[in-house]
Amino acid sequence: MPALRQPMPEQPAAERVRNFGEVALGYTEEQALLEASRCLQCKAAPCRTGCPVEVDIPAFIALIRQGQYGAAANKIKEKNSLPAICGRVCPQETQCESHCVLGKKGAPVAIGRLERFVADVQRHAGGSTPPTLSRNGRRVAIVGSGPAGLTCAGDLALAGYDVTVFEALHQPGGVLVYGIPEFRLPKAIVQAEIDYIRRLGVRIETNVVIGKTLSVDDLFAEGYQAVFIGSGAGAPQFMNIPGENLNGVYSANEFLTRVNLMKAYRFPEHPTPVYIGKKAAVIGGGNVAMDAARTALRLGAETVWLVYRRSEAEMPARREEIEHAKEEGIIFKLLTNPIKINGTAQGWVDGLECLQMELGEPDASGRRSPVPVAGSNFILPADTVIMAIGNTPNPLIPQTTPGLVVTRKGTIVTDDQGLTSRPNVYAGGDIVTGAATVISAMGAGKRAAKAIRAALGY
Amino acid sequence: MYTILDKKVLSPGVKQIVVSAPLIARKARPGEFVILRVDENGERIPLTIADFDRQAGTVTLIFQEVGATTRRLGRLETGDALSDLAGPLGKPTHIEKMGTVVCVGGGIGIAPIYPIARGMKEAGNRVISILGARTRELLILEQEMKAVSDLVYVTTDDGSYGRRGLVTDVLKELLDSGEPIAEVVAVGPVVMMRAVAETTRPYGVKTVVSLNPIMVDGTGMCGGCRVSVGGQTKFACVDGPEFDGHQVDFAGLMARQRMYAEREKYADNQTYQKEGGCRCRH
Repeated sequence: MPALRQPMPEQPAAERVRNFGEVALGYTEEQALLEASRCLQCKAAPCRTGCPVEVDIPAFIALIRQGQYGAAANKIKEKNSLPAICGRVCPQETQCESHCVLGKKGAPVAIGRLERFVADVQRHAGGSTPPTLSRNGRRVAIVGSGPAGLTCAGDLALAGYDVTVFEALHQPGGVLVYGIPEFRLPKAIVQAEIDYIRRLGVRIETNVVIGKTLSVDDLFAEGYQAVFIGSGAGAPQFMNIPGENLNGVYSANEFLTRVNLMKAYRFPEHPTPVYIGKKAAVIGGGNVAMDAARTALRLGAETVWLVYRRSEAEMPARREEIEHAKEEGIIFKLLTNPIKINGTAQGWVDGLECLQMELGEPDASGRRSPVPVAGSNFILPADTVIMAIGNTPNPLIPQTTPGLVVTRKGTIVTDDQGLTSRPNVYAGGDIVTGAATVISAMGAGKRAAKAIRAALGY
Repeated sequence: MYTILDKKVLSPGVKQIVVSAPLIARKARPGEFVILRVDENGERIPLTIADFDRQAGTVTLIFQEVGATTRRLGRLETGDALSDLAGPLGKPTHIEKMGTVVCVGGGIGIAPIYPIARGMKEAGNRVISILGARTRELLILEQEMKAVSDLVYVTTDDGSYGRRGLVTDVLKELLDSGEPIAEVVAVGPVVMMRAVAETTRPYGVKTVVSLNPIMVDGTGMCGGCRVSVGGQTKFACVDGPEFDGHQVDFAGLMARQRMYAEREKYADNQTYQKEGGCRCRH
């Protein structure tokens, strides 16, 4: 038995910063077989307890060992309709893989990479044939076509429901298409996974803004018997420091949407423009900040700083993303807090004034809170500033849905099955939890699908 | 499909299309806007709704050909379809019976002021409209505005029609005339809206302006349309597009509108070269 976890083949850093191609290239068949052979096939399967959607991990790995890759992919799809996506963007290190017995002494089985491998093999072979479904005649409306909505839609379609997904943008996928960059999650793969959901019989209506074009009550009036709201985290946060409205200051949402959804990196063939200067400062320490920084580099910025007010240990981004960013030459300015953005007379950014910080006592989140060092002001000569400090829930749906209870922060209140304060209205994903991960949104979509089935009786 | 059912050229470079969009027509109210894409790969652009017909299930859009996307839009004919159309977006105009309301429309801004004037009239207000254009042939919707106004003044920069001068000249005279004016609503170029706000400020007359900053999604998700109003950052797409003209930072808005000026020019030239033909062929 090989003791070593198979490394992921990757595009070399010097090459990949010049293109938008995928960074991680995926296992070869030989690597996948070697990696699968490391699995101990534990009867108790502790890995499953770490998966928010309870994929039968030992079973799909056993099928890989037998060379039955399509069957392995189908085994995952019994629980998770989006394996090619989860295999790429799930934080497996804190979920399934953190429970792997092998991880106690060495490296855990690379479950995510194996998931990606079988999903890719199946897609390249032409995809899977959806099972034949008998329809139950019950209609459910899903608001938002991101990971929560697609998962809820897929599960309900498999149970025979007549499902319609309403998407505000012109293309389905939510954060998978507007937020996560091509080099981490190719859009053709998202498209293929969405096509699978459509083949299950789900209808997707784009350009419908629930809360504006139609209200939740309109959906019930049109005959839908339950509604699931998976509208995402929505509105970008700014720091409320001087100079934030200067030209050259972006929210990460806007910057990434222009590049990912609107394909501004292929301007002018795709006519949406994006501005990138020579020196970009990205503010934040999460996965979105890493995505924005690495995107800025690929668009041609010569210097990209990542400005974060705590230390690297407190960064919420995945370890792998932090490593990739460093390899590509992103300069980490840690314990650094921006206080002001300077501009030219014409209204363009020409500097980011910061304070040096030091770590003080732990705060409410358990992390040591940063305290400014007096008189440590300095200026980063940035000409582009990207704010990646999080999102607040979009208020369009709560504002137009009487009786829907929200928290002080604007997230929708639900019980543990996803039921809101309104009968037959469910919610899940970032609109309930605040910005979180793809897989936790999928878990919420799945729980809500189960609750809807229980409530509607099929 | 968002099929174009009718198309008209209103003035050189200004076109009107009536688009099939039953869901949007059902909900549309004065002051709201739509986001559209002309074709696959197309840019998302906001346009204020110039009119709507709930029965026919249509919305009317009026646009000026100023760049690559609006020029492509201008090439579509009756029977063609837009790739995407989403809306109605933004907050509707606050309409109620207030007394005398002055509606000021400049250039292409007369298109969005029309449903507002009509709404104000229907609510029982006395509506005085001031329409401004550079020259006579660029004046649009004069008859439509007359039909929904008690009184219409027209100004042209060159004096080729109506009165020579600016909309603010007429506005100032109205303010000085002593007729109590409950509210002024102004839609047009940013410089005009700023001038209107500065004209009414000394009189303390409430002045509403409709802003048109650069947008991507139009639903509050990107924050690209942010504008400073009364010292606070607002998103025009969800908090607006209408704001108190006396509170808007117009200088900041104008700077932000120039953000992509060079790239827009480049894209426009590319489109022009690739697709050929005279730009003024319609």
